[in-house]
Amino acid sequence: MSPVKRAVSPSKFRLGDVLSVAGSGFRTRKMRTALSALGITIGIAALVSILGLSESSRAELKAQIAALGTNLLTLEPGGGFGGGDGVLPAETVGKVARIGPVEQVADAISLDLAVLRNDFVNENETGGIAALAVDLDLLDTLNGNIAAGRWHDQASAAVPTVVLGAVSAERLGVEQVSQGMQILIGGSWFSVIGVLEPFPLAPDLDRSAIVGKPIAATEFDNELNPSVLYIRTAPDQLDQVRSVLPSTADPESPEEVDVSRPSELLTAEEEIEDTTARLFLGLGVVSLLVGGIGIANVMVIAVIERRNEIGLRRALGATRSHVMRQFLAESLLLSALGGLCGVGLGAAVTAVYASSQGWQIVLPPAAMVGGFFAALAIGVGAGLYPAMRAARLAPTEALRAA
Amino acid sequence: MTAALELRNVVKQYPGNPPVTALSGVSLAISEGELAAIVGPSGSGKSTMLHVMGTLDRPTSGEVYVDGNEVSGFTDRRLSAVRSRLIGFVFQQFFLIDGLTAVDNVGNGLLYSGIAKRERQLRAAEALLRVGLGHRLLHLPNQLSGGERQRVAIARALVHRPAIVLADEPTGNLDSRSSHAILELLRGLNSDGTTMVVITHDRELANALPRQIAFRDGVIEHDSAGRSASALLP
Ligand SMILES: Nc1ncnc2c1ncn2[C@@H]1O[C@H](COP(=O)(O)OP(=O)(O)OP(=O)(O)O)[C@@H](O)[C@H]1O
Ligand SMILES: [Mg+2]
Repeated sequence: MSPVKRAVSPSKFRLGDVLSVAGSGFRTRKMRTALSALGITIGIAALVSILGLSESSRAELKAQIAALGTNLLTLEPGGGFGGGDGVLPAETVGKVARIGPVEQVADAISLDLAVLRNDFVNENETGGIAALAVDLDLLDTLNGNIAAGRWHDQASAAVPTVVLGAVSAERLGVEQVSQGMQILIGGSWFSVIGVLEPFPLAPDLDRSAIVGKPIAATEFDNELNPSVLYIRTAPDQLDQVRSVLPSTADPESPEEVDVSRPSELLTAEEEIEDTTARLFLGLGVVSLLVGGIGIANVMVIAVIERRNEIGLRRALGATRSHVMRQFLAESLLLSALGGLCGVGLGAAVTAVYASSQGWQIVLPPAAMVGGFFAALAIGVGAGLYPAMRAARLAPTEALRAA
Repeated sequence: MTAALELRNVVKQYPGNPPVTALSGVSLAISEGELAAIVGPSGSGKSTMLHVMGTLDRPTSGEVYVDGNEVSGFTDRRLSAVRSRLIGFVFQQFFLIDGLTAVDNVGNGLLYSGIAKRERQLRAAEALLRVGLGHRLLHLPNQLSGGERQRVAIARALVHRPAIVLADEPTGNLDSRSSHAILELLRGLNSDGTTMVVITHDRELANALPRQIAFRDGVIEHDSAGRSASALLP
């Protein structure tokens, strides 16, 4: 007798069921789930926040530079070989001003005098504050701002009054500009009439005490040779100006003239920040790998612990690939969970830190999406081997009492 | 009568040194609607035969027919399909999933049939009613007694309306009162038409079933039906 044969339709495992089976284990193993996702969370958070912060600070820097203007050049006497006396001929300003695309020129004259809070302070404790004599248009040329008090005017430039750079004001303990506040410059008393905001493009000015040229000439009998020129050019002709400046300033030995573009120095500083960022990026990658190993470890343990469950599922009709899918999905969900938390945490860190620095908050979408997908990739990598082991387990072996 | 299950000259050897022959030429037919007990001493090959019948393991040689399908040449995928559609298993250790309610555990019996979750839950609830656990639908396994757990497992084995239910020591972990209740349940389900093969150590339980097949050293020592599979051969 030949038995009656009925067609047997294949086993199925719907995608929604795969996910809910994979996810159901997390509810019963909350602690383990959280801990095993933690490594990924930390790794992704590190990556996202580092990328976010470096984007934010770069955006901030760009905004700063744009606000300060990238068309500023400085011209200084090259230190020469022996350090040099560091001054330019007085007529340099006029020569530079005659270059067509130059819009503004201002000079600063280094007075080489001690700047002191009062008589009792030792001259050696001046704290590196330089006395400078300048023209009134310096502030305008540098787009500088007053933090307190006021800038020089025609009258104040001719009398013993001083405006302090941001760092100088701090070092001299001048927080507010009040009537009768005086400091000693080269042994003479000067009234403080203003404090400047920092100049990111001309940090030397932050450490200076600025007086008018007329009072400098009468009080200190100085030669009044500029030690630095600040030059604003037409933005599109900056390179041309830059190339002719040395020969204009010193036709005999143009190589002894230093021309630089402060906004480029700021950009270079950013490069330095980039290496620190790269270091942290490396740390993020390492903790991501450690997180992946953590997940792989948890998955290997899960496969061993749940041998009977695997056997049962096989008895209920799961194919090898269904078992594989379940464990891969578990590992993927773990890493996705870790990845999502990491992206969230990284974004939060970026937002909090950037706003504490007063930066604009930039969350690079590539870092967030990339971070999440990196987590998923790690999940697949970590889950593959355990899932394959689960799938290869023979049903009878899996069902044997542990 | 059609055979729900048939073994022809099945040999099962486990590799080793020396290899263990767990089944040495077993022929057996279980008709549709039958309820058979498998008895025999420990190590006689009962579980091995159940695994081979249930397509959880392949015979070393011989033929296995499940609901008319000769399965010994099937791929692993097709064997899984046979289990998901035609066979229900009940184990001594229940093998319920801890975190799932009774309904969801029973619903797992339909998980690999491609049936939507709501439908699975409806049918699971029905199956739980059938085994007398209508009042325990949302309980977790650790909130159930041993007897109740085995009822849940039986409901899971039945929920996809299999051609045959294979039970390996279903009362092995239960006290005599629960065992008795499980026996009554199995008999009731059988009288509704489900074909069943039950391995048991319990002589009394075996004798309460319509047919007893006794194993010893990998061969059928005695079959109360008085016929062997060879009698069915042409
Ligand atoms: N995976 C295996 N590898 C090697 N030998 C095995 C394996 N499984 C079972 N055996 C051997 O096959 C023989 C039959 O085992 P089986 O589990 O079928 O016995 P059983 O009748 O179910 O016994 P029990 O009543 O104790 O459950 C035994 O000698 C056993 O040691
Ligand atoms: Mg056994």
